[in-house]
Amino acid sequence: MTAPAPNAETHETPRPEAAAVPALSINGVSHAYGARRALTHVSFSVQPASFTALLGLNGAGKSTLFSLITRLFGIQSGRVAIFGHDISKSPGEALRLLGVVFQPRTLDLDLSLTQNLLYHAALHGISRREAAARSAELLGRIGLADRAGNKVRDLSGGQMRRLEIARALLHQPRLLLLDEPTVGLDVKARADIISHVRQLVTEQGIGVLWATHLFDEIMAGDDLVVLHQGKVLAQGQMTHVVAEAGAQDVNTAFMRLTGAQTMPGGGA
Amino acid sequence: MSSITTRDVPRGFSAQEYLTCLTGIVWREGLRFLHQRERFVSALVRPLVWLFIFAAGFRQVLGISIIPPYETYILYEVYIAPGLMAMIQLFNGMQSSLSMVYDREMGNMRTLLVSPLPRGFLLFCKLLAGTAVSLLQVYAFVLIAWFWDITPPPSGYLTVLPALILSGLMLGSLGMLISSGIKQLENFAGVMNFVIFPMFFASSALYPLWRVQEGSPYLYYLCEANPFTHAVELIRFALYGQINWISLAVVAACTIVFMIGAILAYDPSRGLARRGPAGGEG
Repeated sequence: MTAPAPNAETHETPRPEAAAVPALSINGVSHAYGARRALTHVSFSVQPASFTALLGLNGAGKSTLFSLITRLFGIQSGRVAIFGHDISKSPGEALRLLGVVFQPRTLDLDLSLTQNLLYHAALHGISRREAAARSAELLGRIGLADRAGNKVRDLSGGQMRRLEIARALLHQPRLLLLDEPTVGLDVKARADIISHVRQLVTEQGIGVLWATHLFDEIMAGDDLVVLHQGKVLAQGQMTHVVAEAGAQDVNTAFMRLTGAQTMPGGGA
Repeated sequence: MSSITTRDVPRGFSAQEYLTCLTGIVWREGLRFLHQRERFVSALVRPLVWLFIFAAGFRQVLGISIIPPYETYILYEVYIAPGLMAMIQLFNGMQSSLSMVYDREMGNMRTLLVSPLPRGFLLFCKLLAGTAVSLLQVYAFVLIAWFWDITPPPSGYLTVLPALILSGLMLGSLGMLISSGIKQLENFAGVMNFVIFPMFFASSALYPLWRVQEGSPYLYYLCEANPFTHAVELIRFALYGQINWISLAVVAACTIVFMIGAILAYDPSRGLARRGPAGGEG
């Protein structure tokens, strides 16, 4: 875990104040499934080298938002851009810069760890030799080098998640999306994954959007976006959001923000 | 940091990147196939049951006259062999579509679709990979059939290859088109009833069309309009070193139509876009 970043030499130490173009910008995005509105005019951005937590209960619209950013659904209204590349107009450039860890497991259980990584690399057009070298390095970083030839089926839940994160980093993205990556993991595995991802932010300057409904995964210095019933209720640095809600902690702040919104007549 | 946007991101993709992606998808599909031995065995047993049991029983019932491309009287087994080759591809095409629905439910499809390469190209690679798998199955069947005295000219094994690739692509893209309309895995039983069986039975796979015409002119027209009939005839003629131009034209045209349909259906701004995780409107 202490090895230097694989691409550290190509990027100077990230300085947030110099970040003119956000890693991810979402502008006025709305989405409906038939008559049911899933997202209403959502706008926020994720800066490079920052950890942004997207906090919302199940059904808040987090997964819909992820599906829009990853181009699984078309954008009905609004704009999503990754480092300035519009996801609808130039998806190739945008997706090159994006790594994703989806909420459901998306590994081939019957293939080996290395085979899973090589397949992903091929999907990004990375040559076999380059892919093999990067796979070996990433497996070493997540402490699974000795399992490289094993079937993924034999891994524990936490190990699978670490493998999925390694896979998402294989094409050296500058923005990493994670959709509730710690769900179903034990305390130790959760802590490992959170610290690993935070390390990516500080050491490699990757912008991270971390969707969660677990308050204790958010730290004071993080950026926070509160999503509830498809609307952004608050955003900004975690401490500011908590202070503006007149609360002591994220938990209380969230309850106050959403409690006001769910009153009768709030509409959805 | 803003330089990331312009300097680090190449525009478009090189031919090498396309090729890497294609080989990667075919390689993975091949690996998965090797891991699913039951799928291979059942893909092989199905046509063999038809060949060993059904054809043996029907040999005496159905007389086959001399029709092109055959130059002599043939046994019924010899007649249905091309139909069974096409059947393998039909099942394989529909099974690939089943696995796409499964992948979509399980999330594997997402890994494919977040690749930065153009989505139409990704789906085309997936189709080629499925076709390659069907070729393995067909050649395994043909090898066993050879011991059962189904012996086309040796060069036929080579000349049938392009026909099999085209028919495999047609049936695969039909499956993909259907899969885009299936919301849940359970609906696949419907595909069996409403696609596989009618396509197979209303075709020239089991009986020559002139015999069908004697029985029912309407069924004859239906069989003539069935793209599967033309896949079977394309394979049948190619197996004997000949080209059935009408079938070639029909299969090629259907391949193009089904493939464009499937690619449009998987375009995020059209097909899947309107379907949400909760279903939404169709």
